[in-house]
Amino acid sequence: MVRVEELLRGLGPQVLGGLARRYGQFDACEDAVQQALLAASEQWAVDGVPDNPRGWLATVASRRLVDEVRSEAARRRREETAAALAGFSTNVPAPEQVSGVDDSLALLFLCCHPAVTPASQVALVLRAVGGLTTAQIAAAFLVPQATMGPRISRAKQQIRAAGARFELPPAPERSERLAVVLHVLYLIFNEGYTATSGDELVRPDLAVEAIRLARMLHGSVPDDGEVAGLLALMLLTDARRNARTGPGGQLVPLAEQDRSTWDTDLIAEGTALVSAALTRPPLGPYQLQAAIAAVHDEAADTDRTDWPQIAKLYAVLDHIAPNPVVTLNRAVAVAMTEGAAAGLRMLDELDDGPLSRQHRLPAVRAHLLERAGDAAAAREQYLLAARRTASSPERRHLLARAAALAS
Amino acid sequence: MKFLLLLHNNPAVLEALGQEEQQKLMDGHAAFIEATQKSGELVVTQALGDPSQSAVVRVRNGVPVITDGPYLEAKEFLGGYYLLDVVDRDRALELAGQIPDASIDQLGVEVRPIMFEAGLDM
Repeated sequence: MVRVEELLRGLGPQVLGGLARRYGQFDACEDAVQQALLAASEQWAVDGVPDNPRGWLATVASRRLVDEVRSEAARRRREETAAALAGFSTNVPAPEQVSGVDDSLALLFLCCHPAVTPASQVALVLRAVGGLTTAQIAAAFLVPQATMGPRISRAKQQIRAAGARFELPPAPERSERLAVVLHVLYLIFNEGYTATSGDELVRPDLAVEAIRLARMLHGSVPDDGEVAGLLALMLLTDARRNARTGPGGQLVPLAEQDRSTWDTDLIAEGTALVSAALTRPPLGPYQLQAAIAAVHDEAADTDRTDWPQIAKLYAVLDHIAPNPVVTLNRAVAVAMTEGAAAGLRMLDELDDGPLSRQHRLPAVRAHLLERAGDAAAAREQYLLAARRTASSPERRHLLARAAALAS
Repeated sequence: MKFLLLLHNNPAVLEALGQEEQQKLMDGHAAFIEATQKSGELVVTQALGDPSQSAVVRVRNGVPVITDGPYLEAKEFLGGYYLLDVVDRDRALELAGQIPDASIDQLGVEVRPIMFEAGLDM
């Protein structure tokens, strides 16, 4: 059954790609493919997988599409629509062998069209490219189906209204559009990585899903350094997953993680990917973040971490993609190389910025104050951070830190 | 990110509204519900009964003591809420401004992030 599910999810975007290229009407095609996938998951579980599963899905999806257009036509009683039906055929020829990968890429670009709001881009990618059902996506984001369903419909409406077509964007726009795709995959990964609750059986693992999609994208554009960088970043981060939470679900910070539980295969794969990507300019933020993650993952513990190298990488990152969160992380690396006081000075620059209301700034400040030996001030900052965070495991962690400094 | 938009109502203020204003308020909520449902941002909304219908339960030494009336002595009471799932805090604040109560003199909509949840049928 798991095999059928995996097979279907791999075939889904290919079939959708073929259909959308043939008929246009992305939204109607997407609905039809979803229905075909549902039909397949029921039927194949009983009758077994057909000889040509992709052809089976394409045929069923085309029939659904035709049915849909027909009932639409009947509803509107519009003769011209009925006439247009003559052009549809349920006998879909075997799709070209080469199109699978390119179609997935075109689908990703379409789902991440700039006319679609980011939350809807995420949902649509998971459904149209990831092959998840609306129910699974809703469960992954802990919202009811009644919330997620319209979000996906709206995304498809926005695509239609923008007149977006199923094709690769023209070359001048491509890198800008690819950046949006990467950001959407990054959001999906983060959602999965930071999720702490939910029934694993019904709630799909979004981190795994994001890695699967990033692998697919990397397969389509193997020479793109940022795509490789993002995939590497995901692998190097996911490698630490088991060490990240304790038995009671509490957060375990990097410095205290049991590094023997890190996934060495993922680390090796991620490190190789980012090392290769770094030799091919231009450098991008995902490659740099992956390189930083690789330095952490290579170290036996915090003391034996190459902090000067991390500080250098953050300096470059802060230069090419200035961002207060980067400065925040850089301050930690600077504190490890030049002393806590230097890191704390760097944090002061952030006091009037967009992080001033967030929990992360006082959390890092508390950590550096603790290193500097100012327990009272550190405790104050941990408590401030605990009040500000919207994550309950994080809140517990911060309160525990504050409590440890109270004695 | 989920946010709870809390409607702190002053029953006296609401009762003082004219019929036309009452209707405008109702229509405004209906329009807000429709818009956030369509955008896929509304999780749930509920309106609460009058605070005079509240009761407070306190268990002391294992014995429940029930007092009629609201928990807080105040002019404003929680009148209802919207639970929204939005892209960020700015969007939550933007939507809060579209709730008709936000435009009524002496009323305002409180926007608060959700930290933990369980039990929604998903």
